[in-house]
Amino acid sequence: MKEKALVDNIIELRNVTKTYNGKDAVKNASFTIKRGEFVTILGPSGCGKTTTLRMIAGFEIPTSGKIVFNGKDITDTPPHLRPVNTVFQKYALFPHLNVFNNIAFGLKLKVIPNGTKTNRKGETIQLFRKYTKAEIKEKVDNALKMVDLEDYGSRNVASLSGGQQQRVAIARALVNEPEVLLLDEPLGALDLKMRKDMQLELMDMHKRLGITFIYVTHDQEEALTMSDKVIVMRLGEIQQIATPEKIYDEPANAFVADFIGESTILSGTMIEDCKVEFCNQIVECVDKGFKKNEPIDVIIRPEDVKIKKADDKKIIFTAKVQSSVFKGDHYQITLLANENEIIAHDTETYEIGEEVGIYVKPFDLHIMHKTRIINEIDSVITGENTVEICGVDFECVTDFKEGTPVKVLIDFDDIDILDDPEEGALQAKILSSIWKGNYYQTILSVEGTSYHFFADTEDEWLKGDLVSINIAKDKIITEKRDLNEEVQESIVKDETLTAEEQAAVEESMKEEIEKFDAKEEIVEEAEEKLNEEIGKENDAINEEVEG
Amino acid sequence: MKKIKFRKLKLTKKVFSFPYILFMLLFVVIPLVLILVNAFLDADNNLTLENFKDFFASDANIIVLGNSLLVGVITTMLCLILGYPVSYILSKMPSGKIIVLLYIIPMGVNFLIRTLATKAIFLAIGVELGMGTVVFGMVYNYLPFMILPLHTSLSSIDHSYIEAAQDLGADKATTFVKTILPLSVSGICSGITMVFIPTISTYAISQLLSNGKVFLFGDSIQLSFEQGLYGVGSIMSIVMLIFVLVSNLIMNTFNKDANLVRRSVW
Repeated sequence: MKEKALVDNIIELRNVTKTYNGKDAVKNASFTIKRGEFVTILGPSGCGKTTTLRMIAGFEIPTSGKIVFNGKDITDTPPHLRPVNTVFQKYALFPHLNVFNNIAFGLKLKVIPNGTKTNRKGETIQLFRKYTKAEIKEKVDNALKMVDLEDYGSRNVASLSGGQQQRVAIARALVNEPEVLLLDEPLGALDLKMRKDMQLELMDMHKRLGITFIYVTHDQEEALTMSDKVIVMRLGEIQQIATPEKIYDEPANAFVADFIGESTILSGTMIEDCKVEFCNQIVECVDKGFKKNEPIDVIIRPEDVKIKKADDKKIIFTAKVQSSVFKGDHYQITLLANENEIIAHDTETYEIGEEVGIYVKPFDLHIMHKTRIINEIDSVITGENTVEICGVDFECVTDFKEGTPVKVLIDFDDIDILDDPEEGALQAKILSSIWKGNYYQTILSVEGTSYHFFADTEDEWLKGDLVSINIAKDKIITEKRDLNEEVQESIVKDETLTAEEQAAVEESMKEEIEKFDAKEEIVEEAEEKLNEEIGKENDAINEEVEG
Repeated sequence: MKKIKFRKLKLTKKVFSFPYILFMLLFVVIPLVLILVNAFLDADNNLTLENFKDFFASDANIIVLGNSLLVGVITTMLCLILGYPVSYILSKMPSGKIIVLLYIIPMGVNFLIRTLATKAIFLAIGVELGMGTVVFGMVYNYLPFMILPLHTSLSSIDHSYIEAAQDLGADKATTFVKTILPLSVSGICSGITMVFIPTISTYAISQLLSNGKVFLFGDSIQLSFEQGLYGVGSIMSIVMLIFVLVSNLIMNTFNKDANLVRRSVW
């Protein structure tokens, strides 16, 4: 190394993809983790967060991409040689060993450097030894003290409570002094009170030990409470990498906003800079840089909605109170404004049916690009007025001839979801249903393909339900597709990095690519030379034979 | 209207156990009592302890008993050595369950027929019948009883234990010795019980596969009863029963830790 990198990264994932049976569990994930950071990978079940963690631990090998640890490529290193330790979801404490031996398991296997020796040839040889019994006992006792289980060494693990087992699992991992501690939903099996206590303890441990923690959870509150950096994942893709505050205040898209706490998500249009239209009202905001009349999502946190009198001058629009529910320290009030539902939190309650005014500070209106405004599929015309969509031929109205490559566009409104999985043309599974004020935006994955349809529906669909899709023939829009069009891949930027650090990361990636290219060149050159030589030899042989 | 009480006819869970209890009484408890009674009777049905004296005084009987135990131990060890790797490999294969079934299917053929067939093969290829062929026959007959419980316990080991061991720095061999082996103790114990107990009491296999040269305890029990020596035969049966109980007891104490394993998963 000629110079120390600007960013002291302990772990780096570069374009990591993991595919199971043709389905991507993790898609093109790239992120860096700084030394000593507490990073949380957050997402609903099946979003690929555990797979990502298991790839870092070494239990899964990425289908493509690289995992770099301390500057060394460890993509293919087996788990027992990686300087990381894991706290498993169900603890995985060895039932045949008592608490002491569970914790000592790793120490008994470890070899540590033990001075050097010069052999007869004059070479120095590094000597290794195992820990002595006394050393192991001291370390295990210290670990037990750290998790407040001093007198439990001789206990059987089965006789411990969930919280105690959890502590043993943490002690077992930490006693090996790993550089990175991986935690796979470690608090999932504990009750609420215990979970809160353990959260604080884990944060305390992280501060005291100063090692890197990578924590996987589906609990957004846990993620926001504990971490320095949150990576939000969904369907195998990283949605946002940022600090907890940023994730909460400036979610990258509707999914993140919906997943991180309760909020109202409304569809709207960006009229111009600092002017947004939603609920049939043009409202002032602080966001800039959107296209004119771009369809966007507006996200409003319930605590940011101020309920005022209907005739107040400051209000942005009026609404009717639909319901008011007491939630302990506040009332959750559902308001109806121009047929859009808005959720508000207030310390006072309001009569149902009461006409009130709503005020939201421009700063609290979070505006974000829509992930998609229309379903777009690359396809081919398969016959007269038929086009292939996800392996099934659909009737459509088109002028293109058979075999023409086309782009199929279908509006969210035009997808009919049918309850019976046999009835429609395409079988699909409901991935999510997000309330958007006056309709649900439902995302469906088509069985047997990796394509996801977005559909706007009046009913909420249950996640995981098997349904079928029908599309009316006059609603399928076909556009001629240019085959040479390049697909641009968007990489989620790590928002916790400063501009300088971001540049350094990109620089290092570029270098990596250049190095790889350089290596390829060398290989190619060598191959050429080899071919030439072989050619010459062949010529010589031929001459001899002829001669 | 009259109220009719159906109480006596009520189908409770208990009722379903009656056929089994009846069966046990007829074919297990009563024979055991008969054996016990017979052990203390002489030929003229007088109460006596002579049978015990006869049995323990004869060196031949003790040698036969020793031989039986030896054959039992050798067979069990061989079954374990052959069965463990097979079960281990099968537990890792997704189609393992079907292959285990293939190991069990030959059990559908009557064991006498199988043993006679084995004998015919040995004779055809010119192998001399003796202790070796007897042990072969035993292993052949009882191997499935070893593989089945081993496969069950090996395939029920939670994969996270193996990952945890690897995570803590254990390579493949260490992972096996330190986690898989201790976690499959319950399977090993029931496998040993299921092979050892039938082998020490078996009789036909040794007779057929050694042309009567190898005489085991099961054979001598059969012979005693054939010759009308009910007293001595009963004593032998009781001795056998004691060995079975003792080996069961030993296995159970070994199994205690292994049982804890299962409970702790929940």
